[in-house]
Amino acid sequence: MGDFIPDLSTVVALTDGTLRGATPLLLACLAGLYSERSGVFDIGLEGKILIAAFAGATVGILTGSALIAVLAAIAASTLFALIHGVACITFRGNQIVSGVAINFLALGLAAVAGNAIFSMGGRTPQLPASARLNGGDSWFTPMLEGMGRYGQAVEDIAFDQSIFVYIAFAAVPFTWWVLYRTRFGMRLRAVGENPAAVDTAGISVTGLRYRAVICAGVLCGLSGATLSMALNSGYINNMGAGRGFIALAALIFAKWRPVQAMFACLLFAFLNASESRLQGTEVLGFEIPVQLVQAMPYLLVVILLAGFIGQARAPKAGGVPYVKER
Amino acid sequence: MNKDLPGWVDFGLLPLLNLLTAFLVAGIVVLAIGENPLEAVRHILYGAFGYGNGVGYTLFYTTNFIFTGLAVAVAFHASQFNIGGEGQAYLGGLGVGLACLMLDQYLPWWGILPVAILLGASFGAIWGAIPGILYAKRGAHVVITTIMFNFISFSLMNYIINEYLKMPGNASVQSRTFEQSAWMPKLTWLEGVMPGISTSPANLSFVIALIACVFVYILIWRTKFGYEVRVYGASPSAARYAGISTTRVVVLTMAISGGLAGLMGLNPVMGDQTRIFLDIPQQAGFVGIAVALMGRSHPLWIVFAALLFGTLYQGGAELAFEMPSITRDMVVVIQGLVILFAGAMEFMFRPWVARAFSMREQENG
Amino acid sequence: MTAPAIQLQGISKSFGSVHANRDIDLTVEKGTIHGIIGENGAGKSTLMSILYGFYQADRGTIAVDGTQVTIRDSDAAIGLGIGMVHQHFMLVEPFTVLENVMLGAEGGALLNKGRAEARQELQRLEKEYELNVDPDAIVGDLPVGLQQRVEILKALYRGAEILILDEPTGVLTPDEADHLFRILGQLRAQGKTVLLITHKLREIMAITDDVSVMRQGQMVATRHTADTSVEELAELMVGRRVLLQVDKGAATPGKVKLEVRNLEVVDDIGVRRVKDASFQVRAGEIVGIAGVSGNGQSELLEAIAGIGPIASGEVELFDISGEPTGWRPRHGLGHVPEDRHRMGLVTKFTARENTILGYQRDAEFGSGMFLDRKAVLEASKAQMERFDVRPPDPSLKAANFSGGNQQKIVLAREIEQDPDVLLIGQPTRGVDVGAIESIHRRLIELRDAGKAILLVSVELDEIRALSDRILVMFAGEIMGEVGPEASEREIGLLMSGVRAEDAA
Repeated sequence: MGDFIPDLSTVVALTDGTLRGATPLLLACLAGLYSERSGVFDIGLEGKILIAAFAGATVGILTGSALIAVLAAIAASTLFALIHGVACITFRGNQIVSGVAINFLALGLAAVAGNAIFSMGGRTPQLPASARLNGGDSWFTPMLEGMGRYGQAVEDIAFDQSIFVYIAFAAVPFTWWVLYRTRFGMRLRAVGENPAAVDTAGISVTGLRYRAVICAGVLCGLSGATLSMALNSGYINNMGAGRGFIALAALIFAKWRPVQAMFACLLFAFLNASESRLQGTEVLGFEIPVQLVQAMPYLLVVILLAGFIGQARAPKAGGVPYVKER
Repeated sequence: MNKDLPGWVDFGLLPLLNLLTAFLVAGIVVLAIGENPLEAVRHILYGAFGYGNGVGYTLFYTTNFIFTGLAVAVAFHASQFNIGGEGQAYLGGLGVGLACLMLDQYLPWWGILPVAILLGASFGAIWGAIPGILYAKRGAHVVITTIMFNFISFSLMNYIINEYLKMPGNASVQSRTFEQSAWMPKLTWLEGVMPGISTSPANLSFVIALIACVFVYILIWRTKFGYEVRVYGASPSAARYAGISTTRVVVLTMAISGGLAGLMGLNPVMGDQTRIFLDIPQQAGFVGIAVALMGRSHPLWIVFAALLFGTLYQGGAELAFEMPSITRDMVVVIQGLVILFAGAMEFMFRPWVARAFSMREQENG
Repeated sequence: MTAPAIQLQGISKSFGSVHANRDIDLTVEKGTIHGIIGENGAGKSTLMSILYGFYQADRGTIAVDGTQVTIRDSDAAIGLGIGMVHQHFMLVEPFTVLENVMLGAEGGALLNKGRAEARQELQRLEKEYELNVDPDAIVGDLPVGLQQRVEILKALYRGAEILILDEPTGVLTPDEADHLFRILGQLRAQGKTVLLITHKLREIMAITDDVSVMRQGQMVATRHTADTSVEELAELMVGRRVLLQVDKGAATPGKVKLEVRNLEVVDDIGVRRVKDASFQVRAGEIVGIAGVSGNGQSELLEAIAGIGPIASGEVELFDISGEPTGWRPRHGLGHVPEDRHRMGLVTKFTARENTILGYQRDAEFGSGMFLDRKAVLEASKAQMERFDVRPPDPSLKAANFSGGNQQKIVLAREIEQDPDVLLIGQPTRGVDVGAIESIHRRLIELRDAGKAILLVSVELDEIRALSDRILVMFAGEIMGEVGPEASEREIGLLMSGVRAEDAA
């Protein structure tokens, strides 16, 4: 049994890794939440993350300003979100097809543009320190460091994080508040369930959905910026590594609700952070393959969709372009 | 909005306009990089068709895309969106590889081929059928489950290759190389017309891909089952009236779709690398979506669409070599643009063309 | 004298070549319940959609309270005090009653303040109009009757003075419908104006002050309800067309071919659509099922055809010797479905491909797994010729044939299979006059050839012209059986739920 009680440094490393890993997931997951709650399916999260990561890194290198870089990431992601909006809302195209297109377009453009600018085969150089946002000392540092190893642990987990971590976790209650306490949120939820009800109430379905898609763009922008400006320093080809899809899995797993989305992202990030530690661990005589841990988010979603753990009810009008009756 | 337009407009003019728009935007990207788009096209065409080895590579990629394009198209006929070609092709590659690993001591390639086809197709079919069953029985959408199945297949294959197939003491994550007798023959008989083609990875799988096209054509347009698939895809209520079982149509169609994607494994596994390796499909599963959309889910057009993407993939390599400021990823950009304009925005020009038509009708009337 | 609540003049609207509304005048007095009645497709819903800003009229003027207005969208209609309760409720099911009522009139960017005010206002309205619903109930959990109340509350909350109800009782049980009528009476007492769109005569007689009748896109009459009768309205609704004359001799019914016993159909929201239906159809006779549409005929037909759900009861077919043959959908049982666009045809397919819809597995169209395209083509050609389908082009898409020719394609397919029993729904809906005649003649020929035919039609003339016996359905129940010689009045009463013994 003794092996099951990890020491403090392991706990700190795992918690820290989970929080850091959950951040880009959570931002993308909330992005998907806004879009899909309004009835626009978004499998293009991955693409928006990529283009934002690239834009953030590139502008960060060119300007040396973290703020401008983050704004550029948000702008790039929002532009792609608007392409999705034009295809799905205005031209009533297939939302899945459009999402697939966004993913390719972003993956390709980031590499092509990166190579054209930096001639490093699609990578960007290292970000200058001024354009990085990977946390550091805070006001509390001296005080906490004076409190021994537990103080140090608190410092490492809670106060030493990148600003994106705080933004991501603050975005959860904020999204909850927007969704359930504001007019915009109520209309957003309504338009994803029954756009005709919204239309007959004299509200523009198109306008609402565009706003939702823009929200998704902004949050994916932050998610991408987290990748290239905090977790790494610079853009590497295809650096999203499927996070957009894990975020999508988390969104389904959370049944499109913000607080549950946070827990799903934390769970998936925890699995990822503990992957290397779990390797070789035996449970009931079986060695857990690391690949099983990797596939866990996807397996859980399939099991959920198969109806073995509750029912995931997607927003009713999701995936269907709105056409006025008759 | 839904005004009837002549068939050649809906199936000829509009797709062409969409495609041209995609290439136009791609051209603008090239211009923005500071290169001449026409020059770029020249490099692509030369790289793809200018010499035997290049043609071989073009055919090699085309082969992959025919299989995955057919896979997506078959599912489309039953109004299912199979994004899982990637995973199905990966599992199919495992099936093909296992057939070779088991039999290469005993049989020549032509003896192994039927078993490889059987295993490759059935591994892919199972990987496609499970999402089909989950949709028919549980209402879980194929789009989401096939995406998830792609990722699950990556982990599964990683595990299988690492745990069971990897050679002890060898660092690279791959199986042993098959005996040479098990290798799929190259297209040496084309050497006369295309000198150098046998130095490329192009192999007999290309011919099998063409046969698969004929198979799909017959299946969809000549069999009773294909008829039922099309009825279900066009109108589920008419299918109910005609006594057609949703479960049967969806599950079988997804299995056939997965099986076609699985057959793609023949080309890289038995025809090129001659071993089981990581990331067998190399995105071909996704390219299949673009190919099926462009090919309007018809085998004949799919061959041309696959050839277009084969050209881009091979020509893109040449382009990256000749114009170092443009990477091969330009192909991915074009792919994205084609899916965007020929797929997601396929109705973009329709109202505009319809208006032009009704104006002409009024003038004539 | 106050200005009328609504005055429409010369309203016209067409969709493509279809004139949905033609030169419509309508005056609705303030504080009355005004019924608008007409068959399906008469143009009632289009007219109301114009009034609620969903469509713009091509021509004509609208005046509300004596002032001429243009209604560009729903928002404008709401602003003019017009509220609408749609046939398919416009509710957000996972929302509470309160949230549904507030939607679009939230009273500020944050919900808190608006919510409290809305709750108060809602409670006031509930009390004033006796429309009790729990404001915190989830709408999706409420029975349809209460959901409809939420729709009415929504309209009142937005200050509606004129309330349009589109087929409000279609989804209600008779009890719920009665309750709705009491509510409407209450609204009238409070000075609101109600426009009630329906095709049910009973409702018109029960509740309205005035009634306007629409037929084929035109307004054919307006009456004070007190001065008219069910018979007159039925006649106006259906119209005195050139009397359908079908030459036919007396039927010579043979053995029982189809028997339906105690059939019950319950739809997926739990409403009993067909109640305890029992009847027989014999060889060589046409049994017609009359009724205003939506009274369970469609569900009955689909259940017998084997494509709709059956809650309980039995359907049995009999062979020549009178032995039961067991019941297999579409085998020995032809079915011309009511909706040829949704069911009877795949409109994207060619005529040839539609020839085998439902028979695609039959040996005659190919042995084994392959389709014999030549056999299909031959069958298609033969059917087109025998049924005079124009143009006789098997490669033309089904969508590109006229309604009459589409129907002939379906009829031909079902009849050529030579079934003993034929189920036929709305054989001449959307079919031109010439084709109607030929379809009718064909049905009589089939009868005389010894087929057992069950005919469902909302066209009373058609039922009377073709049937040898007529069953009348109302609210899912077979109200009675009459002969073809029965008077229109007699059938009309049964259609509106009044049994012969009650009327006497």
